Amino acid sequence: MSDVTVEAVADAMYAMVKECHGKRQLKAIDLTKAMAERFGDACDKPLGKEAIRLLIEDERCTYSYIGGSYIVLTPEK
Amino acid sequence: MKKPTPLVDELEKGPWPSFVKEIKKSADGPMASDLLSVLERSYDDKIGHWKHGGLVGVKGYGAGVIGRYNDLAGEFPDAAEFHTIRINPPAGWFYTSDVLRQLCDIWERHGSGLTNFHGATGDAVFLGAKTVELEPLFDELLAAGFDLGGSGSALRTPSCCCGKARCEWACFDTMAVTRELTHVYQDEMHRPAFPYKFKIKASGCPNDCVGAIARSDLSIIGTWRDDIQIDKTGLAKYVAEGKPNIQRDVVERCPTRCMRFAKGQLDIDNDECVRCMHCINALPNALAPGKDRGAMLLVGGKAPILGGALLSSLLVPFIKLEPPYEDIKELLVAIWDLWSEHGKNRERVGEFIQRIGLANFLEQIGLDPQPEMVAHPRTNPYIALHEDKP
Ligand code: SF4
Ligand code: SF4
Repeated sequence: MSDVTVEAVADAMYAMVKECHGKRQLKAIDLTKAMAERFGDACDKPLGKEAIRLLIEDERCTYSYIGGSYIVLTPEK
Repeated sequence: MKKPTPLVDELEKGPWPSFVKEIKKSADGPMASDLLSVLERSYDDKIGHWKHGGLVGVKGYGAGVIGRYNDLAGEFPDAAEFHTIRINPPAGWFYTSDVLRQLCDIWERHGSGLTNFHGATGDAVFLGAKTVELEPLFDELLAAGFDLGGSGSALRTPSCCCGKARCEWACFDTMAVTRELTHVYQDEMHRPAFPYKFKIKASGCPNDCVGAIARSDLSIIGTWRDDIQIDKTGLAKYVAEGKPNIQRDVVERCPTRCMRFAKGQLDIDNDECVRCMHCINALPNALAPGKDRGAMLLVGGKAPILGGALLSSLLVPFIKLEPPYEDIKELLVAIWDLWSEHGKNRERVGEFIQRIGLANFLEQIGLDPQPEMVAHPRTNPYIALHEDKP
């Protein structure tokens, strides 16, 4: 099992949110599932959660509520 | 008030409590005044002028703040942003008056001053904050020892009845369980990761004072395994007073008819008792829940916001519920994992179970079916037989 860092997962998630911006709304589970597919067993649920937390805390992404809670790009100030 | 509100004022008439009266007490502030003016316009125009949702919150959290905007911002600028803040209350809703004053002072510094203690979610609710005030408000709340509650597709703030703090019927420590689950599942509450909301409510006995069974995805409801306790002296007093009429008002109203009353003696066939609490409520000085107390767990209740209302279904007939509550935590995680993986957007757990079937659900979360899970017997004679595995 290769080691995957939380930063690497967060970066991959961020790239996915950017790519889907304006096309598809992503929920936390969409991101964690996609990362599990990409990184395999090395990216389990706790790591996925941690990566989302990092994305939100460093303000690259934020939560939005539009008929459900989604993770979106933080709008430019 | 900045503008007259004749239609809204109608709601002050009559002997009953009026939210208009209460809001007007704060209407020397511009936000409350504009709030009532927007409502007056809605009554005039016969449409709501509020939008909700969007990108609003405090740093790091995806829940606890519900964005509210009115579409007449130019006309009513002081209610242009009128966000709702949910604050996680102490378990059982116990506050000292000092703490309540402190909360109100914080809120008057940062918002409209309007509150709702407590909202249907069980949270303390602050109504009407501007976006710019959210972070300073949050900082002050944290400093005062409070945190935000849940909103959106997240674990909602767990809530409970006062339980053992005030009520002798409590079959488990509702406040301790609620506090523990709230602390353990902070992430699930502040960072929405579910298909939709998930509510946990705990009532200490089947009187269900928090209405868990009708509103929560996981209901924890106190119950007992042994016999109802009968205090003969207390019973004799009721018999002597003739009030209530024990035969008519207690025995004949027992849903399973498992009580007999003759010659001043009350007999209960406890195997047939469904723990409905009726007789205990009617004769509180004579009857009490048994001594072997714990809780039952039910799943799938919801109010009719999307789709219809659902009452919870029994999942675990009896659990002792002792700290550190590992069994309930394991069950919660199993439910969340399955539902998060396969639930549709905005599908509550109860609806999810209806879609995939209870048998599938039980198999996936690793629980064995039990007779108590049958809501009502089938009315057709179809019986599914499976060959025993060797
Ligand atoms: S639910 Fe039962 S234990 Fe809780 S306050 Fe009501 S009567 Fe008491
Ligand atoms: S608790 Fe309800 S079911 Fe049980 S004996 Fe009393 S009235 Fe009957």
